[in-house]
Amino acid sequence: MAAPLSSQTQELTSRFSNLINADTRPGYSGWLLDKTHLLEFATALRDEFGYDYLSSVTGVDYLPEGKMEIVYQAYRTTGGPGVMFKVQVPRTDPVEVPSLVPIYPGAELQEREAWDLLGIKFTGHPDLRRIFMWEGFAGFPLRKDWHEPYYEEDVKPFKNRWPTGKIVMSESNNSYNDNIAYPKGFNPESQSFNPEKALYDALRIYQKNEVGLDTDHIIVNLGPQHPSTHGVFRVAVMLDGETIVNLKPVMGYLHRNHEKIGERNTYIMNMPYTDRLDYLTSMSNNFGYALAVEKLMGIKPPERADYIRVMMAEMTRISNHLFLIGSLLNDLGAYFTPMLYALEERELILDIFEAVAGSRMMCNFFRFGGIARDLPDGTLKKIKEIFFERFPRKIDEIDRFLSENEIIRSRGVGQGILTPENAVRYSATGPLLRASGIPYDVRRAEPYSIYDRFEFDVCTRKNGDIYDRLMVRFDEIRQSIRIIQQAAKQIPEGPIMTVKPMYQVRVPPGEAYGRVEGPKGELGFYIVSDGKPNPWRYHVRAPSFINLTAFGPMCIGQKIADVVGVLGSIDIVLGEVDR
Amino acid sequence: MESSELNAPGYEIPPEIKGQIAITSLDRIYNWGRSASVWPMMFGLACCAIEMICAAASRYDLARFGMEIMRPSPRQSDLMIVSGTVTKKMIPTIVRLYNQMPEPKYVLAMGACASGGGPFKEGYNVVSGVDRYIPVDVYVPGCPPTPQALLNGLMKVQEKIRGESIKHSRWYQKGPDMAEIPIPMLGPDLIDPRKVDLIKNSEKA
Repeated sequence: MAAPLSSQTQELTSRFSNLINADTRPGYSGWLLDKTHLLEFATALRDEFGYDYLSSVTGVDYLPEGKMEIVYQAYRTTGGPGVMFKVQVPRTDPVEVPSLVPIYPGAELQEREAWDLLGIKFTGHPDLRRIFMWEGFAGFPLRKDWHEPYYEEDVKPFKNRWPTGKIVMSESNNSYNDNIAYPKGFNPESQSFNPEKALYDALRIYQKNEVGLDTDHIIVNLGPQHPSTHGVFRVAVMLDGETIVNLKPVMGYLHRNHEKIGERNTYIMNMPYTDRLDYLTSMSNNFGYALAVEKLMGIKPPERADYIRVMMAEMTRISNHLFLIGSLLNDLGAYFTPMLYALEERELILDIFEAVAGSRMMCNFFRFGGIARDLPDGTLKKIKEIFFERFPRKIDEIDRFLSENEIIRSRGVGQGILTPENAVRYSATGPLLRASGIPYDVRRAEPYSIYDRFEFDVCTRKNGDIYDRLMVRFDEIRQSIRIIQQAAKQIPEGPIMTVKPMYQVRVPPGEAYGRVEGPKGELGFYIVSDGKPNPWRYHVRAPSFINLTAFGPMCIGQKIADVVGVLGSIDIVLGEVDR
Repeated sequence: MESSELNAPGYEIPPEIKGQIAITSLDRIYNWGRSASVWPMMFGLACCAIEMICAAASRYDLARFGMEIMRPSPRQSDLMIVSGTVTKKMIPTIVRLYNQMPEPKYVLAMGACASGGGPFKEGYNVVSGVDRYIPVDVYVPGCPPTPQALLNGLMKVQEKIRGESIKHSRWYQKGPDMAEIPIPMLGPDLIDPRKVDLIKNSEKA
C-alpha cells in the first residue's frame, strides 16, 4: 500500500526534496505537492522511478477546509508497493489542475469522471466532457454542498425513519412528487440545446488519411440498446467505409450514484451496494471493500474466514470467466450455445453461493473482521466434489469445443491488438493486461489476505488479441481451481469473526486504499473517514471502467464488426463501469 | 393448454374425428396462441438482466413457455422486460423503444429498481420506477428476482393475455390509436413533457 516505506521515502525525498511534503495528517499517508510541480513530478516518477502504471485518480471534496484534493495512486508493473500523491487546490470555481493524460493516458476517463462528478477542471485534457451525466446537467453531484432531489439528511440512518420507524416516502417532500429538481427560474420551453452535440464534436476530431479517394465519413451509434454491448453501453464510431477512424465510448446509462449513496450510508450499509457494482462478481467486490475498511480499522479476519474469503473470491472469478466465455462467443457469432454450456457450470457455483450466503448473485457475505456466517454443513464436501472432479474436466471440455474452432481463430487471432506498452500506458488491468504479456497480478504483486500461501501461476499470453484474451481466461479458471483445491484442503476450524457482529463500526479518521485482483482487473476502494459512522469519501476504482480507456485505441483501424468482439473481450459490466 | 380444454362442452363431436377437430371460441384459441409465443425484447439494463439470461439458459429454460426467442428489435417483440435500474439518462431510450413496439404490447418490471427505484431510489440519476413513464402489466419483486420469480411473472403475463378478448381489446377497436408516450428530455434535470406546465408554474410560485 501507499504507506511510504523507508527506502521509498528516502528515494523520493532526495530527488524531490523541495517539491513534496509527506502527508502528516493523522491516518493519512502519501505525498502532498503543489499543482505547479505535478507534471514534473509525474514525469520523473514514471521515467526515473519506474512507476509506470497510474492506477487511480480521484478527487475529495474537503468542504469544511475549503479545499479540493486530487488523489493519485501509481504503481510499478514489476510489483511492490505504490506511491500515493495528492494535489490540494482551493475550492473556488473553477477548480483547476493540470491533466496527467499526456504522461499517463490511462487517466483519461478517470479525469473525465472527476470533472463530471466533482467539477475538477483538468487543463490540457484532450476531451474533457461529462462522462456519466449528460452535458447540461446542473451541478457537480459529488460535491458536498450539492443535494440530490430526494435529499433528507447528510447521513443515514435518517432520523425520521429510525428509531421511530415512521415511513416517509421520499416523493412526498419533493414539489414535483418525483426525483427531479431544477435551477431557479428554469423554463422548460426555452430549453433548446442538444446534449449530444459535444460528443459528436469530439468524434469529428481525428487523424484523417490523406492518401486515396476523399470519401465521406459517417457516424454510427451502437447502443445503448444493443444486444452485444452487454448492457446499456453505447459506442459512437466514425467510419471510413467499414474501417473505424475514431471511436468514443458513451456511458452513464446505468449511473446509479453509487458513490453519493455510499457517502450517505454507514460503512456496513455499503456492503450490499458493493454487490451491485459488478453484479457478476459480488464476492470479490465485498472482498475489496472489506479489506479497505479493515485497513482503516486496523483489524484482521481470523484464519478460517480468510480461507472462506479466498475460496469465495476464486469461485467468483470462475463464474465470471465462464459468463465471459459464453457471452464473448455469443458476440463472435456462436450464438447462445456456448453460453448454455458455460451457464450450466456457473449455476453450480451459484448453488454454493446460495447455500453459503443465501443469495445467488447479491451475496453480501463479507463483514469487517470476518464473514457473515460459517459454511453450512456439507458445503465443503460439495465444494470438493465440484472442484476436484467436475470442474477440471468440464473446463477442458469447453476448451476443447471452442479453442481450435476455425471461426473463433479467424475472428480472434490478430484482431484488436493491445501492445504491452499501450496496455500499461492505458492503465489496463486484469486479464486484459496479462493477455498482452505483462505478468501483473495484485495477488502476486502485492499479496493481500492469504494469497501468499497458495501456489498458482500468473497467466499470461503473448499477443494481446481477442483470442489471447479468451485463452487467458481459460488459464485463469484453471489456476483458480488450483487455489480452491489448496484452500479446501488446508482450511482450519475456528471462529469466523474477530470482532462481535455489530450494526455500526467505529472507524478512526484517516484514509485507505484497498485493492484486490478482481476477475476483471484491479478493484480498488479509496475511503476517507472523518471518524463518523459514514465515510467522508468513498471512491471505487472500477476495473472495467478504466479498462475501457484502451477500447478506442484498440478499435481504431479495425473493421466495425470487430468492435463487439473487442468489447466482449475487455469484459465489462455496466454496473461497475457506470456505478 | 390441453386439447380437452379447447373442446367446448355442449357440442357433440363424432368419435371418429375427435382427434382432429376441436370446437372452441375464437378468443380462447387466439389467446392460447399468443400467450404461448410471447417474444420478449432482448434488452438488459442491470443486474436483473443476468438473472433474465439465466432464466433463458440451461437450468431454467424459458423455452418451455414459448418465450425463448428474444428479439433485439422492438418492432418484433411483444413484451418488454425492464430488467434493472432505470436511469434518467436511459429513460428517453426506453420510452422510445416502448413507442416502437407494435400493439398488443406488455411490460414487465423486473426487480425492485424497475418497480420503484429500489435500493438506488435516492440517487440523483435514478427514475423512481419505470411506471412513471410507461404502463406496467406485471411487477416482479426481488433484488434481483430469482429466475423462478421471473418465470412466475412471465406466467402472470400469459394469464393476463388469456383473459383478454378480441371484442374488448383496445387495439382492435375503431378510433384513434393509443397516443405515443412523449419522450422525456434531458435538461438541467430530466424533463417530462407532460409536466412542462407544472414545472413552469412551480417556478413562478
